[in-house]
Amino acid sequence: MTTTTLQQPGAPAEHEEQPKHNLTGFIIFLCSESVIFLAFFSGYALLKTSALNWLPQGVDGLEWKTPLVNTIVLVSSSGTIALAEHFKNRENMLLFRGFWLMSMAMGAYFLYGQAVEWSGLQFGFTSGTFGGTFYLLTGFHGLHVATGILLMGLMLIKSFIPGNYSGGEQGVQATSLFWHFVDVIWIILFLLIYVWQ
Amino acid sequence: MTIATFPPEPKPEQGWGRYFGFCTDAKVIGIQYIVTAFFFFLIGGLLAMVIRGELITPQSDLVDRAVYNGIYTMHGTIMLFLFTFPVLNGLNNLLIPTMIGAPDMAFPRLNAVAFWLVPIFGFLLIASFFVPGGPAYSGWWSYPPVSIQNPAGNLINGQGMWITAVALSGVSSIMGAINFVTTILRMRAPGMTFFRMPVFCWTALAAQSLQLIGLPALTGGAIMLLMDLTFGTSFYRAEGGGDPVLYQHFFWFYSHPAVYVIILPVFGIFSELFPVYSRKPLFGYVYVALASFIIVGLGLIVWVHHMFPSGVAQWMRNLFMVTTMLIAVPTGVKVFAWLGTLWGGKLRLTTPMLFCLGGLFNFVFAGITGIMLATVPVDIHVSNTYFVVGHFHYVIYGAAVMGIFAAIYHWFPKFIGRMPYEGLGKLHFLLTFIGANLNFLPMHPLGLMGMPRRVSSYDPEFTFWNVVASLGAFLLGVSIIPFLLNMLSAWIRGPKATHNPWNAIGLEWLLPSPPPEDNFGEDVPTVISRPYGYGLGKPLVEHQDEIERKLELQEASA
Repeated sequence: MTTTTLQQPGAPAEHEEQPKHNLTGFIIFLCSESVIFLAFFSGYALLKTSALNWLPQGVDGLEWKTPLVNTIVLVSSSGTIALAEHFKNRENMLLFRGFWLMSMAMGAYFLYGQAVEWSGLQFGFTSGTFGGTFYLLTGFHGLHVATGILLMGLMLIKSFIPGNYSGGEQGVQATSLFWHFVDVIWIILFLLIYVWQ
Repeated sequence: MTIATFPPEPKPEQGWGRYFGFCTDAKVIGIQYIVTAFFFFLIGGLLAMVIRGELITPQSDLVDRAVYNGIYTMHGTIMLFLFTFPVLNGLNNLLIPTMIGAPDMAFPRLNAVAFWLVPIFGFLLIASFFVPGGPAYSGWWSYPPVSIQNPAGNLINGQGMWITAVALSGVSSIMGAINFVTTILRMRAPGMTFFRMPVFCWTALAAQSLQLIGLPALTGGAIMLLMDLTFGTSFYRAEGGGDPVLYQHFFWFYSHPAVYVIILPVFGIFSELFPVYSRKPLFGYVYVALASFIIVGLGLIVWVHHMFPSGVAQWMRNLFMVTTMLIAVPTGVKVFAWLGTLWGGKLRLTTPMLFCLGGLFNFVFAGITGIMLATVPVDIHVSNTYFVVGHFHYVIYGAAVMGIFAAIYHWFPKFIGRMPYEGLGKLHFLLTFIGANLNFLPMHPLGLMGMPRRVSSYDPEFTFWNVVASLGAFLLGVSIIPFLLNMLSAWIRGPKATHNPWNAIGLEWLLPSPPPEDNFGEDVPTVISRPYGYGLGKPLVEHQDEIERKLELQEASA
């Protein structure tokens, strides 16, 4: 009897609303999170434009080819995650998982590339404001990439719970939104650090 | 189909225990916030007493100079991050869901986590008194280069703990802000359009939007400060090519709007209470509501006025002087709306009303000195003097804390279910109002005479006003006693409150006192008119008579 009352008009709408709040809350969180990056970006720009000796001694600029490959991989993962979401909406779970896993792998490749780049650099975190801001920006962004991969893994595991994704899964939407956010931030970061030298 | 509604839930725990645990009920969390905040208020107040005790004589004789630096730093930090923000979040938790007819906040668990961070970072901050080297001593704004000195070289030092605590406070506030904004945007009662929303909700929405935009900048700045302090980076270290002024930008980009985060809800409280106690609709409701968002917009572009003497470009000074003065316009709209509400009304001088009137008086005074400080030449002249200290204590204590007291007296019957005592309340008001003015007014002549802030010894020519200020401070210290007595005894054995003891209009007053855990539950009334319909005879919600009769019957049978 109680289950039938749940199907009454009014009741279903009530129960769908809760997850929608989650997405609203998550979007608000992302807007707020972007201000931290904005603060770091403006700090970077300010320190760079006012610096007398921006680059530490013995360093004459950043190599941009490997990071460019990294960038292409990360930005394309935004496309694969969108495809994954598309297939999830069509309830094609196989292709959803395939493209989802591919996005995860591309994210992981990006982190690997970042680690390789870091280990080959001639300057450290304490090498003046350039070293500090470089590691701060790329490190903080890398932390977000790692968080994104973790979230994606969580969603992948959840997709194996039977019936879990039948009625509008908000977690997938939120994760993919987060991933796009991380990508957009990286594009700005790439322009700021590697292109503007 | 006999069971049309859900079976009645087993009664949730009603005892004292729930106030000490991880409870997700917004009303419990609200009270947890307020009680915790007042615990820290007492600690911050005690530090203020030490400061004023030290300043009663020109010599540095009560505490060591180094200790004095730690005390004023911790006084400011505790009062802002551990009293004012938590107490306002407590009010938000109590008022937002009940005012908009929501059963709880949008994310109850997040809400509880946000609260429990407060005692954690509070403990961290208090613990910094006991680490080697003592607490942070660089003032509540922690400017480098002072704040990136670590002479003893300890990894755990007062400044590091200060930065961590402030960052945690930021995390807690962001969690709270996401929750409040989502709740207001998505969980309003049927029929409650934005322009039927109580002004408190408008101001809470405005204030929490400011938190979301401003706080991350401070968090980012604080992370860089911690790295300079701990790992030896040089973001702010001039000798390493860094820029100490950059930190000031980050700090004030949040910490000036933080003042609006504090004062906007207090504007909301004024807007709620003046109509109740003058029996008239709020004058210019739409303008009062919208002015909150104009304050948000302008509030984000005034921060450089804290840095006029920090070597910023002249065009920046001019620009930020103008924006700062412009903010007086939306604020003035509100002040005149309140005056218009009071004008010709039947004023009932209850304790909450007295606190509101006193708060408004102090706020207008603070606004006038604020305009003076916005002017570049005056600001440079009185920068870092007691004039500034006097100004912001009028804002924070004179206006905001008095507004908070008004709110506590006004909504105490609703959420505790018992009436606070009027006599003690009026005594509390009298002591607070006289004490605050006696304490903070002398700081203005002192500042104009040139007495710098943050010093423990001063020229004997400043003695007279300092003695007056200290006496006022001690009076303020005493003023908290009738308040605590009132709250404790009213909570334990005060007379039972009816559902609407002040004869106020609003969804929260259509709930029993105290409201049940899920507020209106499944039958949220449909709102059909604007708030504050005093004397208009229009009901606020559909079937209002029925709801009120039901509540009266319940009260009669109890």
